[in-house]
Amino acid sequence: MIETINIHKAFGENKVLNGISAQLKPGYNNLIIGGSGSGKTTLLKCIVGLHEPTEGEVIYNGENFTQMNFVERVPIRKQIGMLFQSSALFDSMTVQDNIIFPLNLFTEMPRAEKIDRANFCLERVNLAGKNKLYPSELSGGMKKRVGIARAISMQPKYLFVDEPNSGLDPKTSILIDELIAEITQEYQTTTVVVTHDMNSVMGIGDHIIFLNDGLKWWEGSNKEIAHTNNKELNEFVFASKFMQAARDKL
Amino acid sequence: MVTFKNRIFTRNQLLKMLYHLGRYILLMRLSFKKPEKFSVYWAEVMREMVSIGLGSLGIIAIISVFIGAVATIQTAFQLVSDIIPKTIVGTITRDSTILEFSPTISALVLAGRVGSSIASQIGTMRVTEQIDALEIMGVNAPGYLISPKIISGVIMIPMLTIISISLGLVGGYIACAASSEVSTADYISGLTDGFKVIILQVSLVKSFFFGFIITSICAYQGFYTAGGALEVGQAATRGVVFSCIMILFADLVISRLML
Repeated sequence: MIETINIHKAFGENKVLNGISAQLKPGYNNLIIGGSGSGKTTLLKCIVGLHEPTEGEVIYNGENFTQMNFVERVPIRKQIGMLFQSSALFDSMTVQDNIIFPLNLFTEMPRAEKIDRANFCLERVNLAGKNKLYPSELSGGMKKRVGIARAISMQPKYLFVDEPNSGLDPKTSILIDELIAEITQEYQTTTVVVTHDMNSVMGIGDHIIFLNDGLKWWEGSNKEIAHTNNKELNEFVFASKFMQAARDKL
Repeated sequence: MVTFKNRIFTRNQLLKMLYHLGRYILLMRLSFKKPEKFSVYWAEVMREMVSIGLGSLGIIAIISVFIGAVATIQTAFQLVSDIIPKTIVGTITRDSTILEFSPTISALVLAGRVGSSIASQIGTMRVTEQIDALEIMGVNAPGYLISPKIISGVIMIPMLTIISISLGLVGGYIACAASSEVSTADYISGLTDGFKVIILQVSLVKSFFFGFIITSICAYQGFYTAGGALEVGQAATRGVVFSCIMILFADLVISRLML
């Protein structure tokens, strides 16, 4: 389990997070939602160590991640897989090399076994046979799926996903969401998804944390979200007429 | 407000310089930490050596031949007279090519070719979150991205300088053959007259440091790029400009110390 305790983060005078405490559960899709500028990506980056919190702590299974140095964090980081908003595939490497990159660095597997693992991960994201393509030859949805394949190549305990649906059509977005949910179930990962896509919220939001102005404003599940009286959350979730109509039918 | 009249730098500029110097030193320290896996880093070093060495060979060959030829023609124009032996043209061309033209001009050209490529490559990786992806995996990103480039730079740029010297002298030979001012025999005789090994040593020391300057400064600029495509371009420009200035400064210091 991952726990954040009173996380504050400021960039100069600009306070982005103002004391976020939350528990992110294993085997669940933990969604961090909120409007633009609410601090959700900053919170994610504090959790994975790309930003250092100004105050507060991040705990991975009882280990204080915030107080560790780079070397001490490596064993935890080997258990982390992350899909970035831009997919962040290495441009100079083929799809296969992208997937086996962490295996090359951190395992002593024979090359044939690494390729088997890459093939398995590619099959898992429905991209079998795309091993030799370069990222520039892939569509946005395919890049995301390769990003997921790379994230699961080390069989992570923690899966972090930043805006998985940005720039994707609705059908591909749903496929990516389903893939994330399936991986969470299969590997029993603690999955943390940052999103403002309401389809994702309603589809895979087992545990939802709503941020507003750098504060945790609401916490619950996708089943509870439609019946909350939280004004800011309702304004965010039911901003569109389509969602308002859907709520009325619930 | 505190004013610093009649001073080269304002207080803020000085603080900014110290900030960048400190951050540069820390980045270099991180770059040379123990690699996660030597074989992966070694493969990167080989790839960079090909990119820096073979990739720059064409431009270095072209400029070296022309510089050697021009140096010979201009020396001949200024020095050929009845009281000066014609072999002096070969000697002056040799010394100036080895000491200055080949290492320094090659380095300035390589700052443009190799340096801008390093800064923009690392800068693009930064703005597209590829460096973040490395860090998330537990990879020491400065070590993986920067150290192979620096190692390749300090090996390949001296090698390119040796090739540049050879081709520069060949260029001088061609210039002599194409004109009637100095015979090729006099030129070759001048090349071999009173050769001191120290000038070759100085040249190689210079090119070693130039290699380090180009790769490390441009990598630094790329690594701390923030923003988007515009900032990547600016980082590449800054990398090339600062590299060129530091190359000329190092040229002066090494010449003063070793000659």
